Amino acid sequence: MSAPGGCHVGPRRQTGLPRIGLPALAAGFLKMGLLGFGGVLPIARQVIVEERKWLSEREFAEVYGLCQALPGPNVVNASTMIGDRFAGVPGSVTCILSLLAAPVLILVGLGELYERWAGLASVNAGIGGMAIAAAGLVTGNGLKMLRRLRLSWRSLAVVATTFAAIGLLHWPLIPVVLAMSIVSFLAQGEARR
Amino acid sequence: MSGPTVAAIGKAFALLSVVAVGGANGVLSEAHQQIVEVHGWMSDKDFATAYAIAQAAPGPNVLYASLIGWRLAGLPGLAAATLGMNGPSSLIAFAVGRLKRRYGDLRGVRRASAALIPVAIGLIFSAGLTAGRVAAHDLIGALLVLAGAAIYTFLCEPALAARRRRALRYRDGLRPQ
Repeated sequence: MSAPGGCHVGPRRQTGLPRIGLPALAAGFLKMGLLGFGGVLPIARQVIVEERKWLSEREFAEVYGLCQALPGPNVVNASTMIGDRFAGVPGSVTCILSLLAAPVLILVGLGELYERWAGLASVNAGIGGMAIAAAGLVTGNGLKMLRRLRLSWRSLAVVATTFAAIGLLHWPLIPVVLAMSIVSFLAQGEARR
Repeated sequence: MSGPTVAAIGKAFALLSVVAVGGANGVLSEAHQQIVEVHGWMSDKDFATAYAIAQAAPGPNVLYASLIGWRLAGLPGLAAATLGMNGPSSLIAFAVGRLKRRYGDLRGVRRASAALIPVAIGLIFSAGLTAGRVAAHDLIGALLVLAGAAIYTFLCEPALAARRRRALRYRDGLRPQ
């Protein structure tokens, strides 16, 4: 707790992680926001791991896995953690704002354009097509994760039950998530022999 | 018709934020239920449109919340929805990130985070189904959703593409960089 010599650098950073400047973080997350079509995960991995080498492949997977398990938008959660890791609280704030600012403006602009041209049949057809593609992307994203994570059959059963309860039966979210998390926790324990 | 107050918008999204395990898409069914069915703030079609625009535009998918806020109450609505949807969960993520840096090596902690992953994936498939139901009005639409999912899953694979490129470079006698 007491830093000898009074050289206190950042909040409890014993791991010797490099500190990354706020402008560099801002530039990276701005890019992720602007290039993240249909979800930010792929471009986020590319920028953070391959391009800037801020995190190793394994570190990134760990952060993202945890963020998926936590409530809230995954990539925003990841921005919070990564920003804090490299630059403390100002880092978190910088990363979140950089990620969201440009896309919010673009989105409102698009929304307004749509409002104006909504009467046109071709515009409506286009939006309908986008909605179909979006639904496909969400489903494909889940399939990709299933394929990469190689879950045990017990975990796959948790996936299927959660899907049935929420997607098919429309049971209330919070009790289902709580119950399935507990079941999953126990299943993990038993699966590990 | 008088729109919802800014406080009501912020509160609705803040509640979604803290239960959004599986991310913004994981909570899509619940968001649809709250906004369209419980509160009646938007029609089914407007909700689907906002979601589709947010998916098609660059940026995190969670911004559908911001766009819905904008639709409901202009700039204050946008601010309330964005802050509500991202604020509470970010505070939790911040705290957990710090805790994990300190206690991440404990076995119980690892098991707990592993346990939440299948739950999150189940929620993602539910979101896909909700989005598909709203978007596809006939068999052709449903087939297109499935085709899109298959293409994304099996063909859009950056790691695979990179491996293939590297393999080609080997074959051509170039140094893999």
